[in-house]
Amino acid sequence: MIHNERYGLKTFLSGVRDGFPIGAGYFAVSFSLGIVAKLSGVTGIQGFFASLFTMASAGEYAGFMVIRESAGLLQMMLVTLVASARYFLMSCALTQRLDPKMPFRHRLFIAYGLTDEIFGVQIARPGYVEPVYSYGLFVLPALLWSSGTLLGIVMGNLLPASVVSALSAAIYGMFLAIIVPPSRKNPVILCCVAASFGLSFLFSRLPALSGISSGTRTLILSVLIAGLAALLFPVKEEAADAF
Amino acid sequence: MHSNLLYILVMAGTTYLIRVLPMTLIRKEIKNRFLRSFLYYIPYVTLAVMTFPAIMDAAEKPLAGLAALIAGAVLAFMGAGLFPVAIVCCIVVFVLERIL
Repeated sequence: MIHNERYGLKTFLSGVRDGFPIGAGYFAVSFSLGIVAKLSGVTGIQGFFASLFTMASAGEYAGFMVIRESAGLLQMMLVTLVASARYFLMSCALTQRLDPKMPFRHRLFIAYGLTDEIFGVQIARPGYVEPVYSYGLFVLPALLWSSGTLLGIVMGNLLPASVVSALSAAIYGMFLAIIVPPSRKNPVILCCVAASFGLSFLFSRLPALSGISSGTRTLILSVLIAGLAALLFPVKEEAADAF
Repeated sequence: MHSNLLYILVMAGTTYLIRVLPMTLIRKEIKNRFLRSFLYYIPYVTLAVMTFPAIMDAAEKPLAGLAALIAGAVLAFMGAGLFPVAIVCCIVVFVLERIL
């Protein structure tokens, strides 16, 4: 029994270690997210818990924009759904790697920490996903993501405007790091990204359309472009599984 | 107009449901080909819509933001990870806003 616990601790700590580089990256990006949150009137403590409980870059960015625009709660739900839809597929994929004999409660906790990078690390390990390893893996990214958001909100106006402007770019850099590699491999995704850039630009600049809030714009364009792509270029079974 | 707390609860709750439902209630493969394809494409579209032109509007000088977009895209294309791409975007904006 004692032997088992020590083994558990060791597994936990190896998860913590693997989480460090992810956490370091998250810290820089969430500071940038904090600057966005601050503009929406979110306080440091609210931002800390928003990040701790949501743990989603695009989802939180979109959510903070909804707050800034004082939109409705339904819009918050829909925008979050669209911005974090990718976790749904990742969760489906991860389910295939869970031990059917694993106690059910672990599913509730493993779901919490599902982000792009953490998913990548979990999938890269051979065999069933070990819950204890996953919890270790979550610790640093979750804490650094939340405290980075807090610091971004609190320090955002202590820093010179030039530094804030530069740091604001980090969150978009993170988005680029997610969308560019698959665009390179899949021409349909590349076309989707190009169409998204173009239409998003038109929507924000054309006088007739620029009145639409950014949350609504994200919703409309996401459903429109992804829907068209799905109709015209349905993916084969393997492609969606590999996601 | 709602309190920030309510917004954050809805945001966190929705996000958790997205992650937990496939592992708990659904647990079956999604068979519908259109839905699978839609779910496959939508992340890239949403992230792209939120990146541009927002990256230009977030910078004090839009051109610096545009340059960061190009630099970040090229770097990610060459296989750089999340952290280097994010940092380079920041540096490009910082440097160009001094020069432009």
